[in-house]
Amino acid sequence: MENVICIENLEKKYDNFTLKINHLEVPKGMIMGFIGENGAGKTTTIKAILDIIKNYKGEIKLFDSVNKEKAKEDIGVVLDEAFFPEILSPKDINMVMKSSYKNWDQEMFYKYLKQFNLPEKSQIKTFSKGMRKKLEIITALAHHPKLLILDEATSGLDPVGRREVLDLFQEFMQKEENTIFLSTHITTDLEHIADYITFIDKGEIIFTKMTSELLEDYGIVKSSREEFKSIDKKDIVCYIEEKYDVEMLVSNKKSFKKKYDFVSIDKVSLEELMVLMIKGVK
Amino acid sequence: MEIIISNSSEIPIYEQIAGQIKSKILSFELKEKELLPSIRSLAKDLRCSVITTKKAYEELEKDGFVSMVPGRGVYVSKINRELALEEERKKIEDLMEEIIVIAKTNNILESELKEIFSILWEAK
Repeated sequence: MENVICIENLEKKYDNFTLKINHLEVPKGMIMGFIGENGAGKTTTIKAILDIIKNYKGEIKLFDSVNKEKAKEDIGVVLDEAFFPEILSPKDINMVMKSSYKNWDQEMFYKYLKQFNLPEKSQIKTFSKGMRKKLEIITALAHHPKLLILDEATSGLDPVGRREVLDLFQEFMQKEENTIFLSTHITTDLEHIADYITFIDKGEIIFTKMTSELLEDYGIVKSSREEFKSIDKKDIVCYIEEKYDVEMLVSNKKSFKKKYDFVSIDKVSLEELMVLMIKGVK
Repeated sequence: MEIIISNSSEIPIYEQIAGQIKSKILSFELKEKELLPSIRSLAKDLRCSVITTKKAYEELEKDGFVSMVPGRGVYVSKINRELALEEERKKIEDLMEEIIVIAKTNNILESELKEIFSILWEAK
């Protein structure tokens, strides 16, 4: 499979944090969700991909090239922090974008403004947080990128707004060559639409897996302390001792159930999986 | 075409999709040579990942219910309905045999089994 983003041996040191990604590939035509707690390195990784952070060790390729300047036209970006000056209106943004992107699609931009009820002539400072996010997202889409990179793009939105935006993303994905790399801590969004999940913790990638595999194979087991003693620690990924029970993460529900038929196993959500992997004892 | 997905079900989503399309083919709701939605448009409309719908179609193709023509789309295959139903019956027989083995080793009577079966049948 062709990769749109390819990171090799990336290392960036800060005083109290080191980002160290040995290997990360984002396959073309797929949605990859990038999860991890605050401060795990999601934004730093994205900034390195976008060349906002420089002076790192290692190599990052976009569309098979290390020349990021060339790739810029094909990338749509939404970062966590706002990047439009407050005094501009969507109409002004249209003018700015028209002169900076050769593929800028004015018609599409105005269509989306209408669809999301964003007033074209009002200054952004009158917009709510959700409206600003939507504006950034449609701006990122309206120059027809091949790769969308989104950092916490859905987090300022209410459930209805998130649903609308996710529909936009899936519309974007109708083109086979399009790819999305999005970081978020709202993992339920990803459970449905992401093809792959990459999990980062303390500056290092813990895994990249197919979402369907994660949700179908992994499970959460709850047992008494007594039962827990009889379970071979090799059969679990990690565990947390709670007040009334012990919670364990297992990577293969079916074979675990066969071996320990006395326990009950639930499906695990990405959120539970993330919490257990970060907080759990390995 | 209607496809109803349950996110809380233990059955993987790709299997739910494949199963429902399969039964629509077997019941002639979907006809031979009919063009099915593309992998990507189905993913969008069902709000699931592309890998999921791709896997569903691959499963259906493996069982001979659809054929995927690169660049053209996914079509309902010509199926031998009797043969397909026969295969389903074979699956049921295999599962039932398993049930009977468990019942016999635990001295559970045939009448009891029938009773359990009719309760479950009614409940579905």
